[in-house]
Amino acid sequence: MIVAGCDIGSLSAKAVVIEDGSIIASHVIRARPLPRDSAREVMGEVMRSIGLSPDSLDYCVSTGYGRNSVEWADSVESEIACHAKGAWKIVPDARMVIDIGGQDAKAVRFDDQGNVVRYVYNDKCASGTGRFLEIMAEALDVRLEDMGAIAARAQNPVTLSNQCVVFAETEIISLINEGRDISDIISGLHTAMASRVASLARSIELAESVTMSGGVAKNPGMFAALQEALQVKIRPMAIDPQIVGALGAAVIAMEKAGGNGGA
Amino acid sequence: MIVAGCDVGSLTSKAVILNDKTMLSHAVVRSSFRPGDSARAVMDQALDVAGLKMDEVRYCVGTGYGREKIPFVNKVYSEIACHARGARHLMPSVRTVIDIGGQDCKAIRLDDSGAVVKFVTNDKCAAGTGRFLDVMARLLGVNLDELGSLSAQAQAPLSLASTCTVWAQAEVIHHLNENTPIADIAAAVNQAMAGRVAILARSVGIDREVCMTGGVAKNTGVLTYLEKLLDVKIRRLRIDPQIVGALGAAFYAWREYRRCAG
Repeated sequence: MIVAGCDIGSLSAKAVVIEDGSIIASHVIRARPLPRDSAREVMGEVMRSIGLSPDSLDYCVSTGYGRNSVEWADSVESEIACHAKGAWKIVPDARMVIDIGGQDAKAVRFDDQGNVVRYVYNDKCASGTGRFLEIMAEALDVRLEDMGAIAARAQNPVTLSNQCVVFAETEIISLINEGRDISDIISGLHTAMASRVASLARSIELAESVTMSGGVAKNPGMFAALQEALQVKIRPMAIDPQIVGALGAAVIAMEKAGGNGGA
Repeated sequence: MIVAGCDVGSLTSKAVILNDKTMLSHAVVRSSFRPGDSARAVMDQALDVAGLKMDEVRYCVGTGYGREKIPFVNKVYSEIACHARGARHLMPSVRTVIDIGGQDCKAIRLDDSGAVVKFVTNDKCAAGTGRFLDVMARLLGVNLDELGSLSAQAQAPLSLASTCTVWAQAEVIHHLNENTPIADIAAAVNQAMAGRVAILARSVGIDREVCMTGGVAKNTGVLTYLEKLLDVKIRRLRIDPQIVGALGAAFYAWREYRRCAG
């Protein structure tokens, strides 16, 4: 049985195909202006990579903000449910996933079947979301994907006094003017962002075993800073942390289609 | 007897010179990176207008976020105290002062004697501070002081869904791309600003009369929306609302000097 999960986010679209509980294909694209176009492209691409058409799927679950624009979807699921299920599939003994996306951040606690127990969500304030790092990367004129490596060279990290993205941007500009080292600044940014995300996660009580998903999880500096802020060891994911939502949607598709989720 | 008040804010610095209780001059300059330099520049300008020299100032009180770095002050006072004192002088019946600065917003409640009974400040989030308007004016390609008159020309005002300055920026860009008239967007920006300030003001409790201080008080759009949201008339001050903190500081300077001089 071949099923798929499709996660149409505001910045990127992801699709994962699983067969008998194992991932056989995945694909990530930058989101198009219309969610319908993103869905067609990402689903077309992922199925083409295994020589099939989306029409041949046994079941498909869609999620993300564009979840209602996926024409092959048999049902839709919340991002919360999908992230829990996807994280559980990859790290079965984790009980919490912290997902930092481009425009939001969430912490989800789940049970030993990957079902949601409790969650908390921030999409109201840009601080503590991927947008924070994006804006800072622009201000510092470095590439977002290089921030982790640059921060690793920090000798004397700065402490930021502002949480607000707008105020923090001004603060780092004055730090640059003061001649502070860029690696020390970026390290300080990671700490500031991590403390914001950590307080979100703590608001639903931390689980003993935590994992992390979303594009920001690829930044080793953020990963380490969050570990430090939470005072727990975060279990890394063996897959691209950006596709966890789509994977969860695929696992739910498997369950709905009557197959074995593979656990 | 000459005394002075100097208010070094994040975006602008203000100075007021008094001869006893009469205002001789005032000045407003844009703040530079060094609060000490800003203080010196604005004082020099105010002294110049009054035809005075620094050594003729008997006492000077500093306030504002850079107050600890003003080299020539005798004493510093909190911004809350200074805004309350300045507003009270201009309008003895005032009971609520809403001050919107470049990077913060405060609501202050006074009792009948003019003492501060309660205040609340937001300096954590740019939404609801002058910074929000600054960012939006830049995005719209207009001057900050044009936002008020622009919003009066709005034909079909819209509203912004986001509170966060960063997300609201994305919304405004979207409206610009849709060719929404600038005036309509300006109205939405002012309304969003007033919405945030209203929440802060309500948390301190609105008591009549109400006045507004700080640079944003010159924006009639924000003022009008705020009046509507709070269902109260906001009284206009007879001087530049930006210098109220410096005026209050100058009155404290006068009192301190009298106390020292016995």
